[in-house]
Amino acid sequence: MYDFNNIYQPKTVREALEMKKAHPDALFLAGGSDILIQCREGKLAGRDVISIFNLDELRGVCLEEDGTILIRPMTSFSHITNHPIIQKYIPTLAYAVDQIGGPQIRNVGTIGGNICNGVTSADSATTLKTYDAILEIASVDGIRVAPYSTFSLGAGRVDLREGEMLTGIRVKKDSYENTFGNYIKYSMRRAMDIATLGCSLNVRLSDDKKKIDRVRISYGVAGPVPLRATKAEATLQGAEINSELLEKAALEVMNDVNPRNSWRASKDFRIQLIKELTRRTLKSSVEQAGGKF
Amino acid sequence: MKKQLITCTINGKLRENYIDPRASLSDLLREEEHLQSIKHGCDVGECGACTVIVNGEPFNSCIYMALWAEGKDIRTLEDLSDEKGNLSDIQQSFVDEGAIQCGFCTPGFIMSALPIIESDEDFTREDIRKKLSGNFCRCTGYDTIVTAVEKTHNKRKAEKSK
Repeated sequence: MYDFNNIYQPKTVREALEMKKAHPDALFLAGGSDILIQCREGKLAGRDVISIFNLDELRGVCLEEDGTILIRPMTSFSHITNHPIIQKYIPTLAYAVDQIGGPQIRNVGTIGGNICNGVTSADSATTLKTYDAILEIASVDGIRVAPYSTFSLGAGRVDLREGEMLTGIRVKKDSYENTFGNYIKYSMRRAMDIATLGCSLNVRLSDDKKKIDRVRISYGVAGPVPLRATKAEATLQGAEINSELLEKAALEVMNDVNPRNSWRASKDFRIQLIKELTRRTLKSSVEQAGGKF
Repeated sequence: MKKQLITCTINGKLRENYIDPRASLSDLLREEEHLQSIKHGCDVGECGACTVIVNGEPFNSCIYMALWAEGKDIRTLEDLSDEKGNLSDIQQSFVDEGAIQCGFCTPGFIMSALPIIESDEDFTREDIRKKLSGNFCRCTGYDTIVTAVEKTHNKRKAEKSK
């Protein structure tokens, strides 16, 4: 039995938004793999929740007319991993969310819950950052569209305003087309663990495959929120693919990251990981794209 | 809190239960349906001892609200043995391979193994380990469990191709 004060059970998104407006302090209960546990711990005991788990209109992945990939936020991690559209166009995301928890958690946990929680270790967050995801956020007053890049405000805080709910995650064709990427999650266990550090990176090479046309790098647990290494990306743009590239990238990203000491790992170890995971993800991404070192 | 009617299929039978909306699926299955194979292990979705199949996929019933079960098809370990209590092949395989010591984790492991043994795909031992990675066993060291699942899967595949 969960110690909730009230459980609201909307039948439609519209109803959910009206309930959220009427009860602004109520939490949206998506897959529950964080909220239910925090309720057990007592942190969220006695709260009101709005259960949106059975709102099937918020599930699924589709390709829109202009090639934009639309992921509905209640899509479970396992459905994302197995979805043909994700496998074909953003396989890095399919792989990244397959690193979360264990099979049961991946069946219940949702991508929307993953990013709305606002934790820095979220396995889907880094890849969504590197693909410049665009969020569709609804309230009873209408829909607003916002870039994911400015969504994270701080540890556990995201830019969802009063009465709002995430209703869609979009990745534009220009963002995923001709890209090759890789995600590495470093954790103490290979399952049922959260990342000590996560790195997602994707590249698009020039036509002759000798230069980097575009590179995007993002880290989890390298700061209070999942972050993009925008400074390093700018300096690496147009860089030639040669033996020095990996080392250059590993040094450049140091200008973007801000890891800390925690009981999971020291700051020094995280810096070591950031460098090493940068080298590895960049190497494998460039090689997948057909580049040679 | 006011009780609420939940209608769902449990082990092939349509069932109706009045539940407290705050109940978990494991509460519903253990307390209302008296299906004692569901174990309350950690109660936070880490150990997998409460695993059941919902619409074909394994879930931790301890972190699944009972009210989410409305209209769903749920399977528990009790669905596997026949009316006389004869063990199914996967259960027997766990016995034969010594994949059981205290037995507390066993129902959960077997439910997590169902998607493997009921699939026509091929699975390496590494694949099986990944599929079972949401279940903890503190007795066996896992190797015998993987073997039990692997052998049952191979046996079923061999029978199908006959």
